[in-house]
Amino acid sequence: MAKPQDCGNCKKPATIHLTQIINNQIKKLDFCDDCPHQKGVTDPEGFSLAELLANGPGATEDQTTDSTNSCPSCGFTTVEFKKTGQFGCPECYETFRDTIGPMLEGMHRGQTHAGRVPQRMLTRVNRRREIERLSRSLDEAVTEERFEDAARYRDELKQLNETLAGDSKESEENADK
Amino acid sequence: MQIRPILEAETELTDRSHAPESVVLSTRVRLARNIDETPFPSRANKSQRREILARCQDAIAGLKMMQKGSVLEMQNLSDPEKQVLVERHLISRELSNDKGESGVIVSRDQSCAIMINEEDHLRIQVLRAGYNFKGAWKVIDRIDTGLEDKLDFAFSPEWGFLTACPTNLGTALRASVMLHLPGLVMASQMEKVVRAVNQMGIAVRGLYGEGTDASGSIFQISNQQTLGESEQDIIKRLTGVLDTVIEQEQNARQKLLENAAPKVLDKIGRAFGALQNGHLLSSAEAMNLLSLIRLGVDFGLLPENERRSVDKFFMTTQPGHIQIISQGDLENSDQRDVERARVLREHFRGLAPLDFDTLEKT
Ligand SMILES: [Zn+2]
Ligand SMILES: [Zn+2]
Repeated sequence: MAKPQDCGNCKKPATIHLTQIINNQIKKLDFCDDCPHQKGVTDPEGFSLAELLANGPGATEDQTTDSTNSCPSCGFTTVEFKKTGQFGCPECYETFRDTIGPMLEGMHRGQTHAGRVPQRMLTRVNRRREIERLSRSLDEAVTEERFEDAARYRDELKQLNETLAGDSKESEENADK
Repeated sequence: MQIRPILEAETELTDRSHAPESVVLSTRVRLARNIDETPFPSRANKSQRREILARCQDAIAGLKMMQKGSVLEMQNLSDPEKQVLVERHLISRELSNDKGESGVIVSRDQSCAIMINEEDHLRIQVLRAGYNFKGAWKVIDRIDTGLEDKLDFAFSPEWGFLTACPTNLGTALRASVMLHLPGLVMASQMEKVVRAVNQMGIAVRGLYGEGTDASGSIFQISNQQTLGESEQDIIKRLTGVLDTVIEQEQNARQKLLENAAPKVLDKIGRAFGALQNGHLLSSAEAMNLLSLIRLGVDFGLLPENERRSVDKFFMTTQPGHIQIISQGDLENSDQRDVERARVLREHFRGLAPLDFDTLEKT
């Protein structure tokens, strides 16, 4: 067995062998599984994420403002994103909204989701959040001795909990199919 | 040894009832999913990763289609075992390098593999033998919906399913097929094809082998864009491109037979001889020889059922498989090359000589 070729980016053994047009030339590229998406070579235009960021609006910002701009949920910064091409958590997308928008332009066919929407899940999550909100209001009303409000919250809660139970029963039944 | 059942099981790819196709080896769809309000695997700490792993395993265990599947955690697998999983495309190279709190659940027929804590919390993959997006999609959609009832996925109405890397945003769908394209390779038309296909936002990769590009003339063609198009449109556009590539491959083969028959038949004949008599075969060389045999089956030189044997050998002659199946300490590659040649010799010696007359008849 011949010694495996090294990855063109790091020095791990190459597992992916690409033939791609880069600047009008056919290039053979060897990569390990970790590297291609970071280098952007698997992408049709041959652009790299790093390149996009270097040219995009994110890049015009000062490095110092970048590093203070960190995700409140996971502490991720745009500097780290530029290094890895990946985000830290789902909330990062909201945090770095201004950087992401222009970046998506060159990357995808459109900039808004046109695919499947997990409606059952969204409904469930919304109901649960509503229940949490009502429970808090109920506690407050009880402490503050606003008993009429408390009774109303209690009724609403009861109703919501029943719908939620109905939902999960329905999904159990679906799972059995 | 945790993967013995995987090696011995009948699989979608090698044991399904209908005959393998001449150009398309297999179809795959992959969905990336992440759990809301939780750091992506690369950012999560050990205890968070452990929790994600357990939650996902629980959710997957409730899926009907994953019953009797194998639950594997990376930290419990040896290197050759991980290698076998990579060679079967059940896990990525990336996951195989991971030390802990990550794993894969593989369905009994190996048509479905769900990686946990790879780049995203979940990477769901469904495989179908041959050219079958409809079948693959139907299964993965059911799995996705089943998991959606148990896990809160990170989803934004604007950007769709949120993934660690923005290149997967939206549908987070990667649809691909593995194609056997010896005609286009021999006719030196692959570069032209790659260029045309890339312009459509579709990627071509050579797969298999160590060091040689596209050994075995096997290529994976997949969509690269995931946002701004529905799942159906992504598959439709990819299918359009694939139909053209398949047609070009058929044309290239026809032209080879018309204009360069002795050259092509000589290659196939020599490949058959090398497989019957070789004593040292590297995995890249074996792939190339097997590729020629598969073409030989398509030309009618060998019985149709040999296509299935070739497809099985494409997988089982990879280094990890050779090492594990032979149960020996084949630490060095020379020993593996001897063992690989032995396995192939054993099979191909039992076959009738190539039937070159069929070509003259047509
Ligand atoms: Zn690399
Ligand atoms: Zn974050």
